[in-house]
Amino acid sequence: MKHLRTTAIAVLLLVIGISLSANWLAPEGYAKQYRDTPGAGPSRQHWLGTDDIGRDRFARVLYGTRISLLLAPAAALVSTFMAALIGGLAGYLGGLWARAAMAMTDLFLSLPWLFLLITVRAAMPLNVSPVVSVVVTFSLLGLLGWTSAARVLCASALSLRQADFVRQARASGVSDARLFWVHVLPNLKPALYAQFWISIPAFILSEANLGILGLGVAEPLPSWGSLLKELEGLVSVGEEPWKFVPLILLAVVVTSFQLVLSAQEEAAV
Amino acid sequence: MLGRIARHGLALIATILLGGFLTAVLVRFAPGFDVDQDEIDPHLSSQTIQALHDARTAQHNIFRFYTQSLERAWHGDLGKSLSLGQPVASLIRERTPLTMRLVFTGLAISWGLALAMALSASWMRLPAYDALTTAISGTFLCLPAAVLALLSVLWNVSGALAVGLIVFPKVYRYSRNLLGKAYSLPHIITARAKGLSEWRIVFWHVIPVAGPQLLAVAGVSVSIAIGAAIPVEALCGLAGIGQLAWQAALARDLPLLMNITILVTLVTLLANSGADVIGHMLRGHEA
Repeated sequence: MKHLRTTAIAVLLLVIGISLSANWLAPEGYAKQYRDTPGAGPSRQHWLGTDDIGRDRFARVLYGTRISLLLAPAAALVSTFMAALIGGLAGYLGGLWARAAMAMTDLFLSLPWLFLLITVRAAMPLNVSPVVSVVVTFSLLGLLGWTSAARVLCASALSLRQADFVRQARASGVSDARLFWVHVLPNLKPALYAQFWISIPAFILSEANLGILGLGVAEPLPSWGSLLKELEGLVSVGEEPWKFVPLILLAVVVTSFQLVLSAQEEAAV
Repeated sequence: MLGRIARHGLALIATILLGGFLTAVLVRFAPGFDVDQDEIDPHLSSQTIQALHDARTAQHNIFRFYTQSLERAWHGDLGKSLSLGQPVASLIRERTPLTMRLVFTGLAISWGLALAMALSASWMRLPAYDALTTAISGTFLCLPAAVLALLSVLWNVSGALAVGLIVFPKVYRYSRNLLGKAYSLPHIITARAKGLSEWRIVFWHVIPVAGPQLLAVAGVSVSIAIGAAIPVEALCGLAGIGQLAWQAALARDLPLLMNITILVTLVTLLANSGADVIGHMLRGHEA
């Protein structure tokens, strides 16, 4: 398991490194159109061919990977912070607050995740600039993805509330705010780390789903979702196999995240 | 037991009302709520335009907007779809059977596959076989649901199989853990050592232990299957509730989406509450 975890981390670092060097590896950028060669197959000039409007697919994969891989952790950070704030605080305060937080998470969890995403995404304007669409898509993931984590954190904070050190600190006159930030929150760190790492692959997959359904990142900005949308035009799997490169890359990255996660779980046990 | 059912019923009604209210807030405050293209129709008289404007103004108060929507819904009027121009109630009625078939067939496939693999892995206890089943389920876990839907179109296989394969890894992971734990219980190890047949062990000892928890997973899997129905119906061209929700999202048909949201919330809550009540009954019967 240790070797698998090391390999997974190495793969993730490699993919992140390559995507961050997109400016050097594909200096022409993701939006440049090669109008003489639209829909071309792989060649020395275009390693993964070009898309239907002549953009270099290799460049788009690099930039798309960069967007998905940088913004999914950012969204995970937002959702973990919200989960800590809502779940942790509600658990620490207990009573009615904890019950209200649980009712709220129950409500969010009663809707299928993808359904919740498309419902809230539909309430936002759809015809927005590509940059705004990226911000909207990943913000949505961050702002809606906190519920299950909040549930776990609320339960952990509820048990911490009864811990001896918390009672002692309270008896010594430590204020609630200080008690929460200085004593309770640091003890929730393992749960927070786990939730952060769990959220990243989940958000990568969610963005891909939204992108394929046409509700994700807007053109011409690439992301794994918008790159996978190309598969819609295929007639057979063997027809243009290079179009599957973004899918293979996504599967490799998500698998690597899962391997790192399961190794962490194993270590925790 | 009746108390438990009543508690679930009350929680269900409260959640539906709260969910409906939040969706109504979403609809009311979504950009473009106040805009009605009829207001720029040159064929309409100024009185008609004023009446349309007044009707919109009356909906500014969110509580009035929500109570009016509830009142209409109580009388069977779920409003009219903005994008499709048809009554929402008839759209939902027409499309529900297909989604139900898709979801239930998908659930049957996923549960059949997951239980077969989890049981065989628990029986054999071969590390290589365990790794193989985990790798298979892990592969499906790492693919976006929409890609599985697209592949089902490419390979010309049923949408229900795609739903099944989307739900399968989640069900497998939980059922493998639950069955693994049940098989490591001392009385089951003793039963195996005494040479009881595997089927007898499964039905007499393992299912009673893992059954109630598997039922809870079954409740959750309904929600996952409904979520999976969206990309599958949208990309496979199946005219069900998932496709309707997707079309409503693309067209920003928020009233239609609000009704579908309430319907989906109701179904998933019913599934979860049902699973919980049956699980409790089984545990009570066992005790």
